[in-house]
Amino acid sequence: MAVLTAPDRKSPARMPISGRRVRGPRRTPPLVLAFVLVPLLAEALWVFWPALQGFYLALTKWDGVSPPQFVGLDNFREMAHDDVFRSALGHTVLWLVLFGGLSAVLGLAAALLLQQERRGVGFYRAALFLPVVFSLVATALVWQAIYQPDGVLNRVLDAVGLGSLQHAWLADQDTALYAVIVPALWRQIGYVMVLYLAGLKGIDPALYEAAKVDGASAWQRLRHVTLPQLRSVNAVVLSVIVIDSLRSFDVVWSLTRGGPYHSSELLSTYMYSTAFQSLRLGYGSALAVVIFVLAFGVIASYLVRAFREAD
Amino acid sequence: MSADTAANSTALRRRRAATAGFHLGAGALAVLWLLPIALVLVTSLRSFDDIAAHGLGSWPRSFTLANFGQAWSDGGQQQALINSLLVTVPCVLVTLALAAMAAFALSRYELPFRRSLLLLMLGGNLLPPQILLIPVSKLSEVMGVYDTLPALIGVQIGFGVGFYVFVLHGFMRSIPAEIQQAAVVDGAGPWQIFWRIILPLTRPALAALSALSFTWIFNDLLWAITVLRSDTKMPITAALIGLQGQYVSEWNVIAAGSVIAAAPTVAVFLRFQRHFVAGLNLGAVK
Repeated sequence: MAVLTAPDRKSPARMPISGRRVRGPRRTPPLVLAFVLVPLLAEALWVFWPALQGFYLALTKWDGVSPPQFVGLDNFREMAHDDVFRSALGHTVLWLVLFGGLSAVLGLAAALLLQQERRGVGFYRAALFLPVVFSLVATALVWQAIYQPDGVLNRVLDAVGLGSLQHAWLADQDTALYAVIVPALWRQIGYVMVLYLAGLKGIDPALYEAAKVDGASAWQRLRHVTLPQLRSVNAVVLSVIVIDSLRSFDVVWSLTRGGPYHSSELLSTYMYSTAFQSLRLGYGSALAVVIFVLAFGVIASYLVRAFREAD
Repeated sequence: MSADTAANSTALRRRRAATAGFHLGAGALAVLWLLPIALVLVTSLRSFDDIAAHGLGSWPRSFTLANFGQAWSDGGQQQALINSLLVTVPCVLVTLALAAMAAFALSRYELPFRRSLLLLMLGGNLLPPQILLIPVSKLSEVMGVYDTLPALIGVQIGFGVGFYVFVLHGFMRSIPAEIQQAAVVDGAGPWQIFWRIILPLTRPALAALSALSFTWIFNDLLWAITVLRSDTKMPITAALIGLQGQYVSEWNVIAAGSVIAAAPTVAVFLRFQRHFVAGLNLGAVK
């Protein structure tokens, strides 16, 4: 007989069956065990087992045909002298700061503007949110058209008298990375806005009333009431942003493939082309391990928060 | 005019000004956000000659629906859309079924190590996919499913399930124990409790996650290009990149292809907007 758990674990509710308490070892019905084991096995097959292999392959040299050859930390030593790796790492950090920082700040700003329950606010929210449902590939193609030499962006610059700024935005090494960040932001801001809208809704209006009575200005209310109250949402947004940044692949791959001359290369795109185009599977795995290490802190803190919540 | 009414009319004027300011700001923002979408819609309806003669950024001077036909049949979008649906629909159903089962067992029964199991499953989903790409593509070769849709379905289910287990666990935990206890007293087994009691009560969360996971799986590119090779098996995202290579600088066709690729998820969003937003917030660990 299984023992049910009450939502409040402080007082585990034992089941009185036919007037007596269940004693002895708690047995779990086989069906319930199967309910856990089947999904767990599916994940073990496609995630846990491959992940272990991935870490091992990072220590090997492998072309995918002959058996992998153990080389210890050679792949990581090679990275120290790999200019493409260094610039990809730099771009990834820049991506984290620009894409992550701007989507958090602009997402919060949009949420603050659109939190007011006014007529028509639903339309504005939907407009900002709509790009979230597009695939990053479709997003990338939309912006690629905008960026073309004869595209809208250059036309608009010309029309407002800034013709000297016209560019082949994606073909220029100095602008390619930034040109790729903009479409990613266009899609991410609506997502972050939705998270903040939910957070703002959860703030007790009495706090604002009290601050107003005390004569706090709108800026002070934002600074001393809203932002501290949003602390837990901020933690969520931070995790989402870091994980999403390190995963960013589709938009770069569709727009520039990391080029021209690796000027928009991220670790994720470099890893993919090293593994599946240069067929250097060992080095590619080592690059993936670097991505994992960068993400590890955020993953761990996310899990710690989840652990506390699961209790 | 008394001082009272004067103060009233100033307040009214100020409120009107605030309303106008709000709509001006929010409206400008919305237009800015919708402009790229409008642009791709317009481009998809122009003829190639018009774009070639006047430039991509020029005012449209033509109207045609032929681009959609070209992307649909010559560009292979039809097959790609079928592939996408063949992958996405089973993935959503199986992932949510498996996740609901695991969440039920972990939230309603006192299994050993249940918290660790839950976090292990969530942790698997948080891994950067890059660490899995090479082993997964080799694994699908070893299992003889490389370059088949079942390989893509398998990896999508395996990688996604942990997240949904976590979200559904949080939801099911809040269902009062008394409901379940009453069923046990009436002699219901685990399956009946799951199917008749817990699952119906979880319906809102399942609806939210269905809308969300449909978009995520439908929009995926990375897993598809990792386990698939043939053009005829690629889902719509990868096919769109193929279209970009096939119709270089024929922006009318590429735009039409983008519209076709985005249409299903936009339809899901417009139809289930409430579920969609709820799903995003369910997923956020607070």
